[in-house]
Amino acid sequence: MQTASVFSFHGGIHPPENKAQSLRLPLGRPSLPTELVLPLGQHIGQSSRPLVNVGDKVLKGQTIAINNGFLSSFLHAPTSGTIKAIEARPIAHPSGLSDSCIIITPDGEEQWTELSPLQDWNSLSKTDVLAYLAEMGIVGMGGAGFPTQVKLQGAHKHPLTHFIINAAECEPYITADDMLIREKTIELVLGIEALQHLVEAEQVIIGIEDNKPTAIAALNKVLSERMSNIQVAVVPTKYPSGGEKQLIQLLTGQEVPSGQYPADIGVLCQNVGTCVAVHDAIFLGKPLISRFTTLTGDALKAPQNVEVLLGTPINHLLDYAENDNKKLKRLVMGGPMMGFTLDSANVPIVKTSNCVLAASKKELPQPAPEQACIRCGMCEQACPASLLPQQLLWFSKSQELEKAEHYNLFDCIECGACSYVCPSSIPLVQYYRHTKSSIREAREAAVKSDLAKQRFEARKARQEAEAAEKEAKRIARQKASASKTGETKKAAPKAAPAATPSANDDAKKLKVDLAIAKTKLKKLQKQLLEAQENEHTEEINTLQLQTNEQEKALALLEEQLAKANAAAPAEAPKAPANEELKKAKVDVALSGTKLKKAQKQLADAPDDAELQKKVAGFEKELADAQTRLNTLSSAAPSAAAPKAAVSDELKKAKVDVALSGTKLKKAQKQLADAPDDAELQKKVAGFEKELADAQTRLNTLSSAAPSAAAPKAAVSDELKKAKVDVALLGVKLKKAQKQLAEAPEDSDLQSKVASFEKELGEAQARLTQMTPQSAAPQAAANGNSEDALKKLKIDTAIAKAAVKKVEKALKKAEDLNSPELETIRQQLEEAKKRAEELEKALANPSAGATTAATNEVAQPQPTSGDKQRKIDLAIAKAAVKKAEKGILALQQQGQDQAQIDASGLPAKLAAAQAKLADLEGMTNSVNVEPVVNKPAATESASQAEQIKQQKIAAALAKAQINKLTKRLADSPQDADNIQQEINAAKQKQQEAETQLTELQLAQRTPSQDNTQENR
Amino acid sequence: MLTVLVAVGILLVLSLIFGAILGYANVRFHVEGDPIVDQIDAILPQTQCGQCGHPGCRPYAEAISNGEAINHCPPGGQATIQALADLLDVEAIPLDGDHGAETAKRVAVIREDECIGCTKCIQACPVDAILGAAKQMHTVISDECTGCDLCVEPCPVDCIDMVEVGVTSRTWSWDKPQGIAAQPGSIIATDRQAEVMH
Repeated sequence: MQTASVFSFHGGIHPPENKAQSLRLPLGRPSLPTELVLPLGQHIGQSSRPLVNVGDKVLKGQTIAINNGFLSSFLHAPTSGTIKAIEARPIAHPSGLSDSCIIITPDGEEQWTELSPLQDWNSLSKTDVLAYLAEMGIVGMGGAGFPTQVKLQGAHKHPLTHFIINAAECEPYITADDMLIREKTIELVLGIEALQHLVEAEQVIIGIEDNKPTAIAALNKVLSERMSNIQVAVVPTKYPSGGEKQLIQLLTGQEVPSGQYPADIGVLCQNVGTCVAVHDAIFLGKPLISRFTTLTGDALKAPQNVEVLLGTPINHLLDYAENDNKKLKRLVMGGPMMGFTLDSANVPIVKTSNCVLAASKKELPQPAPEQACIRCGMCEQACPASLLPQQLLWFSKSQELEKAEHYNLFDCIECGACSYVCPSSIPLVQYYRHTKSSIREAREAAVKSDLAKQRFEARKARQEAEAAEKEAKRIARQKASASKTGETKKAAPKAAPAATPSANDDAKKLKVDLAIAKTKLKKLQKQLLEAQENEHTEEINTLQLQTNEQEKALALLEEQLAKANAAAPAEAPKAPANEELKKAKVDVALSGTKLKKAQKQLADAPDDAELQKKVAGFEKELADAQTRLNTLSSAAPSAAAPKAAVSDELKKAKVDVALSGTKLKKAQKQLADAPDDAELQKKVAGFEKELADAQTRLNTLSSAAPSAAAPKAAVSDELKKAKVDVALLGVKLKKAQKQLAEAPEDSDLQSKVASFEKELGEAQARLTQMTPQSAAPQAAANGNSEDALKKLKIDTAIAKAAVKKVEKALKKAEDLNSPELETIRQQLEEAKKRAEELEKALANPSAGATTAATNEVAQPQPTSGDKQRKIDLAIAKAAVKKAEKGILALQQQGQDQAQIDASGLPAKLAAAQAKLADLEGMTNSVNVEPVVNKPAATESASQAEQIKQQKIAAALAKAQINKLTKRLADSPQDADNIQQEINAAKQKQQEAETQLTELQLAQRTPSQDNTQENR
Repeated sequence: MLTVLVAVGILLVLSLIFGAILGYANVRFHVEGDPIVDQIDAILPQTQCGQCGHPGCRPYAEAISNGEAINHCPPGGQATIQALADLLDVEAIPLDGDHGAETAKRVAVIREDECIGCTKCIQACPVDAILGAAKQMHTVISDECTGCDLCVEPCPVDCIDMVEVGVTSRTWSWDKPQGIAAQPGSIIATDRQAEVMH
């Protein structure tokens, strides 16, 4: 046993001890009360949770309530008996309020439950021992009732230097610990040893006031017997040395910092009562069911310490201590300094009840009336916590809670020393208690109002979110309805541009897509609305996403459509180009006219070099103009055909041919007049060569002429040329035949006739060759097929004419009994064959044209859908006309209905008509513009071209006639020859005029069939 | 004369320097929002009852900062008025009776047998302290209830009671001592002595 050094603490008082009264009698053991009241909250922390029900039989030491959380404790039945009730009863509390209690009616048998002491506590883990202590319901028995296991656990936070056993018991009157030490010294030491084993502190010090010599002696005896290293520190009697922090300061010299715990400076403090309870729990297995309590006061005749079962009502104890009710003025739980007055004696002893003071009026007089603070400063001198009680008083009085807190109000241990010393009898501790309560309340209120604010703001945010969602829904609904009405509005102006030329296929497709997208969007929106109304959140999200996508797609389509529509009007700028084109054409025509004039002059005076130069200049001019025209027309859409230019060039070439032909004829005539003139013959050969050259040029030109741009004109011109050739040769042949008739024996003439005939056959072959060649481009081009058909008919007519001619020639030959009869017959057969072939061809191209038309329809050009449609329409119309004409022609040719049917023309006609109807329907629905006129116009234009050509031919013939008439007047000796020539020219003129009238007729009534005869 | 000029010059320079520092500090340490509203709001009891005539405590805090009287909060009572008076350095005036009387802390309690489950009280509660669903019994989470009374009016069957929160041994607080003037006539110690002797 050692004696520890003792320090001191600030302040403190020395009130009268009054401890002797309760130590006169030995430890008493009161009898069992009629009922035990066990409050569920006998400790700091959460109230225990009852384990028993009303009416349950419980044994002594049986657990009747368990801990309810970390800072809580167990509760045990102090005796065997029955649970009478679990209800609110007045408890030992300054407020005098009730709290829920377990009420046990003892059966008097004191029957223990099975005790299981912790024999191997040395070897068990500390955690297990702590848990065992918790189950034994052990709490700090010094005053606050802090659950012991929690305190022990907290002690492990820092290395423990001091383990202090608080045996100071500084409060006046109270001797319970003194008695405990005296009665249970060995148990106390064993309990301390057990706790020391758990906490492993460097030093174990029992702090005890020097006013307990018996207890000190007993302790010393036991400790020296046990050779224990537990020190006993005897501290001078001074109130409040028993306070935890004050005792620590006394024994260690260290002050527990403000707001911290002893464990933070490596000190653990336990009450002696707790140590004994730990001993009982570990070594005896007994839970905390009883305690030592001092019953004292002047009102008691037998003040004494008692070991009392928890839950024993105080009035039972007062009875035991022979209470004098007359003397009892004030019943205090605890000591006179720190205890509180009880309103009723009907409250139970709890684990922290160390004293019941039944004071007389004299013993504890009514506190003196409070007087004004005189600022004497005695309270500051007395304060063991080194506070400034006077300042705290001001702050408390004025409810300056923050300032009070700032002056460490919470370090006040409410010892009452300040009040005790106050000369003005100011109940300082009461003020402090009140202020502490106010601060706690304010803190709780702040926490609660923070929570309320948080919840209010959360609710507000939620309501705002809901309102926003509702608003969004409303807007969505509004939009949906607006877009519905908007779509109908939009549909009207959209229909108009749809009807305008821009209605190409692309745009149409886009529009269809757009309509589909819109329908989808509407459907989605409808679904979305439904979902929103039914509040299917997930669905809403997905639908919203889909709707957004659809809207995007719709916007894209609309953009594309707008672009397509914009592209369509771009075709409009054609007009200015057309004007320029027209100008160029006029130039070309002007140049052409000039050239023609010059050529005519040249024809009149073929040897005039100047005229030839002029012609060459004009030709150059014309070429320039044509180049310009070509550039323009290539720049302009292909529809504006450079046919005028081409036709002009062709005309020029033809004029050349005709000129050469005239020259040749002249030369031939001269040759005929003087057959032996070698020079003339040479000239004729030269002219023939010239003619051939001109014809080659003409052919090249015709073939070179852009078949796609203006194949109609080119082909028709070429054909005409070929026809002209044929006619020319026919005339020559006739002439030769006439001559032959006049001089049948002339072998020269006969060979000439034969060669002419051969030439004629060749020309005819060329003509037929050209016709199928022209079929393909004809099909591709606008309104060509009709022309081709016409040409074929003309060919047929020519062939028929040839047949007739040959027949005539044959008749003549028969009349003359000519040896060439057989040849002529052969020729006749050939001519007939040709005529038949042509007729067949006439039937074919119309079929070809029809298929071409269908092909054209099947492959529409997407870029110029409108134009294409028109072209298709024209083609279809042409096909219809062709088919009609074909049928008409067949009928005229006297073929019966069966053959017509067999030819498949009616079927084609029907198909073509159906096609036409389709196209017209399409066009009319989209385009109100008169499409019909255009092909007609182009048709009429081509016809006008032909008419022009015929006129030219007629004019040429007239000119020749005039020339010949002049020559006839000039040289009457050549009258015969000239007359012949005049006749030939007249014939030519007649031919041209016939064709002219035929063409004019066709122009006026395009549907009407041509008259087929040339003469 | 020169001394005077020098002094004036030095003072001018100093004023310019400090002016610059103050200007910089004003920009650098600028406080967003109105701190006084936050302070007032912290004092108000946050019952969100609307008895002050504002839709919640913060709007009233804003109104106070704009000059409204500080005595319109019955739930806060005199303590709140005092706190506001201290904060705003104005005179603490008694609670304005027009807005209601100060009452002890209360919580709403639904007589659950009578509840028809109309959810009207749930919609009225500013702090979401009422639990329940349509055609289900409702109950008040008493720890969250601020005792604002707003749920009582909408209840179609009047099954909501405002019950005062009782003081338990754990919430109990010590009374404030009555003070010097508690026992007039017994201030002088000799008076007490005489009384004792009688």
